[in-house]
Amino acid sequence: MDKKPKKITIILREVCKHIIPAVLLYALYVQFHGDYGPGGGFQAGVIFAAAIILYSLIYGRDKAQILFPPHIIHIFVALGLLIFAGVGFVTMLLGGNYLDYNVLSHNPQHGQHLGIFLIELGVGITVAAVMITIFYALDEFNEEQ
Amino acid sequence: MVIETTIDIALLTLLALTAITLVRIRNLLAVILLSGIYSLLSAALFVTLDAVDVAFTEAAVGAGLTTVLLLGAIAITGRDQTLTKHGRLLPMLVIIVTATALIYGTLDMPLFGDPFAPIHTHVAPHYLNNSWEEIGIPNVVTSVLASYRGYDTLGEVTVVFTAAVGVLLLLGKPKN
Repeated sequence: MDKKPKKITIILREVCKHIIPAVLLYALYVQFHGDYGPGGGFQAGVIFAAAIILYSLIYGRDKAQILFPPHIIHIFVALGLLIFAGVGFVTMLLGGNYLDYNVLSHNPQHGQHLGIFLIELGVGITVAAVMITIFYALDEFNEEQ
Repeated sequence: MVIETTIDIALLTLLALTAITLVRIRNLLAVILLSGIYSLLSAALFVTLDAVDVAFTEAAVGAGLTTVLLLGAIAITGRDQTLTKHGRLLPMLVIIVTATALIYGTLDMPLFGDPFAPIHTHVAPHYLNNSWEEIGIPNVVTSVLASYRGYDTLGEVTVVFTAAVGVLLLLGKPKN
């Protein structure tokens, strides 16, 4: 919650400059590797948001909001949940139960893979967007006071 | 085995010490940092229990993000806890009654690691035995979370969504 980004030392700025891309990449790894190792959409979303929040803390919220504008992040908050719930409706239209991924493909296992991939993506998008939204809201509120 | 026990004892001791300090300390900044440490210790404990997915979440959410968000929150509310003036007898009584009820409740519980505990004889064997055939992914935790228990996860994501809506309603700026 630093209001004067100028006071942050060059060491912090340089270290973060190198850490943040790695964190973002790691978030994507956790997102798409959840089928094979620990992790999944929830953890990936949090890690992704952590990278953006770190960027915002070091370089100031203004710069972070140029890259991730609040009105776009707000759309993503709902988009992830809609993807998740939408997959359920698609499986119903294809003749299965709600969130029964077997019907998504000719091979039930492929259907499961696709369904899990899509809903994990939805979870990741919503969680990351929600965390960034909460951080922005708190930071903005602090600035105004 | 000896090493595992030593690690467990060390972690649980640190966990208890952190919890006691958390209760006694009045400075909220220190409280937030200590609860981050508490989460990190819990995450380490989950690793020793082979629950790496849970440990991962605890470390990322509990120790990482929650700390930052709470720091943002106390910047709004102030750093010191206001002391209440009412007596200590009633809270003490409530705590004793609740603790007694909770401890009494644990007497019925199956022993730790008991293979015949209800949780291990209900749906868990089905998940473990058939996950590979039905879902076809190596991480059973993911197949339970995303497929077998998809409804629960949808509910969780809805809760997270609601959190953002709540924060925006309370703190967000109305646009024009």
